[in-house]
Amino acid sequence: MKETKRVKRDSDIRVDARIKVSGKARFIEDVEFANMLHGATIRSPIPHGRIASIVNLEKIRNMPGVRAVVTANDIPGENIVPFVKQDYPCLAPDEVKFHGQAVALVAAETVEEARSAARSAEFEYEEYPAVFDAVQAMKPDAVHVGGEDNVHSYFRIRKGDVDKGFREADVIVEGVFNNKHQVHCYLENQGVVAVPESGGGISVYGSMQCPFYVQNALVKVTGIRYSGIKVVQTVTGGGFGGKEDVPSILASHAALLALRTQRPVRIIYDREEDFISMSKRHPARTRVKYGATKEGKITACEAEYIVNGGAFCTLSPIVAWRGVVHISGPYDIPNVKADSYAMATNTVPCGAFRGFGQTQANFANECLMDELAEKLDMDPVELRKRNILKTGSRTSTGQVIGESCGLEETLIKAAEKINFKQHFGRDKGIRKKGMGISTTFYGVGLGAEGEYFAKAGAQVYVKEDGSVIVAIGNVEMGQGSNTVFNRICADTLGCPYESVEVLQPDTTRVPDSGPTVASRSTMVGGRAVLDAARQVCDTFRKVAADKLGVKPFDIEVDAVDSRYRCSRGEMSYFEVVNEAYRRREKVAAQGWYRVEGCTFDQETGQGNPYSVYTYSANACEVEVDTETGQVTVTKFAAAHDIGKAIHMISAEGQIQGGTVQAIGYALHENLVLENGRILNPSLTGYTVPTSLDACDVIPIIVEHPHGEGPFGAKGLGEPPMIGSAAAILNAIYDATGIRFRHTPCLPEDIVKELSKLSI
Amino acid sequence: MKINFILNDNIVNIDIRPDKPLLRMLREDLGIKSVKEGCGRGECGSCTVLVDNKPVASCMVPAGQVHTRKVTTLEGLESSGEIKQIQDAFVKSGAVQCGFCTPGFMISAYSLLTGNPNPEREEIRAAVSGNVCRCTGYTKIIDAIELAAEYIRRFK
Ligand code: FES
Ligand code: FES
Repeated sequence: MKETKRVKRDSDIRVDARIKVSGKARFIEDVEFANMLHGATIRSPIPHGRIASIVNLEKIRNMPGVRAVVTANDIPGENIVPFVKQDYPCLAPDEVKFHGQAVALVAAETVEEARSAARSAEFEYEEYPAVFDAVQAMKPDAVHVGGEDNVHSYFRIRKGDVDKGFREADVIVEGVFNNKHQVHCYLENQGVVAVPESGGGISVYGSMQCPFYVQNALVKVTGIRYSGIKVVQTVTGGGFGGKEDVPSILASHAALLALRTQRPVRIIYDREEDFISMSKRHPARTRVKYGATKEGKITACEAEYIVNGGAFCTLSPIVAWRGVVHISGPYDIPNVKADSYAMATNTVPCGAFRGFGQTQANFANECLMDELAEKLDMDPVELRKRNILKTGSRTSTGQVIGESCGLEETLIKAAEKINFKQHFGRDKGIRKKGMGISTTFYGVGLGAEGEYFAKAGAQVYVKEDGSVIVAIGNVEMGQGSNTVFNRICADTLGCPYESVEVLQPDTTRVPDSGPTVASRSTMVGGRAVLDAARQVCDTFRKVAADKLGVKPFDIEVDAVDSRYRCSRGEMSYFEVVNEAYRRREKVAAQGWYRVEGCTFDQETGQGNPYSVYTYSANACEVEVDTETGQVTVTKFAAAHDIGKAIHMISAEGQIQGGTVQAIGYALHENLVLENGRILNPSLTGYTVPTSLDACDVIPIIVEHPHGEGPFGAKGLGEPPMIGSAAAILNAIYDATGIRFRHTPCLPEDIVKELSKLSI
Repeated sequence: MKINFILNDNIVNIDIRPDKPLLRMLREDLGIKSVKEGCGRGECGSCTVLVDNKPVASCMVPAGQVHTRKVTTLEGLESSGEIKQIQDAFVKSGAVQCGFCTPGFMISAYSLLTGNPNPEREEIRAAVSGNVCRCTGYTKIIDAIELAAEYIRRFK
């Protein structure tokens, strides 16, 4: 059969851009229901203990505007919000494990009434000893918080013989690296509306990444069966992982209040509440050791990766797993030994954040690579070239890299773009320049540990006038996936982009499509759309062939001009649709895709954990003001092999946005906790990069297509947030001669270390 | 308290708690939904509106203070040629991802470009430094404002 002809069309406009610039896109706060109440949450004032009672509960019930108060005793189903494990209570039963944990809920006529009622709660409690640090939580005499011996989860990699590898090495480097929390700071805070339905079911609308997770949580907490639950994602103001797990909690809370009052209930957090209670990027302590020959060939890598998962497990196992799978770096190393632990502590639970456990691991190994290059007296680009993964290399899990590995090309292009050369702290004067580099690889999708979710559905339905609706299960949250789905569908059917409308995900329209995470939308959701569109296109080919008197495989679909052609003649797409309707053909199809073949042996950590990898290299230049400690990133080139850019501007935007988040992670974003309590829950206390902190990131797109992705595309959402921090810290070393092994690396840290030098 | 002011060229008379933030009054009492709350504390710029043609964070302005003044939001600029050019430039440049920050950025851009039709890139950076965007990394937003300036110059 002749393939659909795909030529670059003028496709640089996102499908959702127009409505968003008009100010009319409906985010959750713009969705109104008649008779709607507002919910607020009563939260634990202590990090660990037993809440005996809320002493003024009766008074709260009678406060102005209050219509309901709900506690753990009022939950009709099970008191569990299900994530990887079943340990997170929807409302604290009596024991609380972190400061800010939800204890009870209030619904009132106005937001102010609900919040002031919630704020007035007074508790009778008994406080328990608490543990806040992951390494402390490992000690045998540590307070027990969760899991077995406070371990939420443990994974390991054993490849070859590291002792032998280190014996063969001429040079050994080792370091311990620390990262603090990072907060998503999506601009739109968390929010949902729950609406009780007349048949006893419930509908939930909200800002979210994973409608099917929300659905599962609602079934569990309300006891309503699946068919009675409907979850619809509204236009979502950023997620970055932060709307993966948490919306399940908000949705269950709103649903409890809605069922109780039989009125729609909206819960939207204010920024402070969002900061205090939402999941974060895990703080981490990482020890890495590399051994290499004089020639710069790495012979062994040993690593220990400890992340602070907080009070409940949520997604920590997958974070710890992804971290350990990638921790030795994108290198072909014969001997690897790595262990990772996600620990339970009395801090706010950590969950998913763009990079998903790789950000911290990569920070450690890529900073250490720089130290190795220095010890070998070798250029850091050259050292990487001698070790990076290529087609045919083996990863730390023993996986053979197959097709589509553009790592070397990304490395060369990123370095070239900024004329990478080291300054070795030689700049005179107060402001010193330096350059740094890093490389990464990223297993796309959920991999072997998340295979259960590794599926997606889609429906393509062509209407009589040729307009098309696409129903999907993976969400648009700003990353551009609806545009990608639009392109895949239009290019397959051979219709204009404008004809295709991608609907908001709705759990009643599409089968469970797993979560929208791990940069999987394009690859997995895209394949489902492709599957559905192909089925309809096959029908159209038959119709056109019949009409034109040829065989279906003689028809060439020209997506650029929207025509079905053969040597005997041609029809426009719209004529074909017309004809299909006249013949009463089936013009809708369900698409499905599931990822298969991922493996991981729990004992040895060997296998093929992911089927596809994205490869990246970052090169940057910084300027360090040695008086103030201020670091300015002056140049940043980010090269990513993403297989194929389906929508170039979105791909560039993902790279630029992710990289600037990483600049914040490396240099600015400092969450301060004291005894498990967050001291700076605001955007002035915790500063994310503004336009003055960011530089113009130069995106470099490298395309080594992969057969499994639609049109060869791999995933892109997360990689920009993975390698960048190490490149920046390596550049700071190059400028100043000081190695910092932590993030955020703040001006005061730099001033302090520089002052030691000058003594 | 009864106040009157001009909202997007219409006179509004309203009875309101004078300390209610302008943002909440616009959204809850006057149906103006392009104005977004990202923080409610003057930290993010997603609620930016024009008061007497100057960009301000509407979450920080008590409603009582706009009495007898002129408040302009995206809704009120719909007929303005400039905002149309800014919108086109944002769309064309890929300056919109999640879109939550977008109305605020466009108001700041509008205010900049009506005063300075030919700004340098650094001037644009400074003009939008009170607007936080967590998605784009700013490059494409600044590209868009440069492009909008060009469109507006051409259009005049
Ligand atoms: S909501 Fe007004 S500045 Fe953030
Ligand atoms: S586009 Fe999402 S915050 Fe700016």
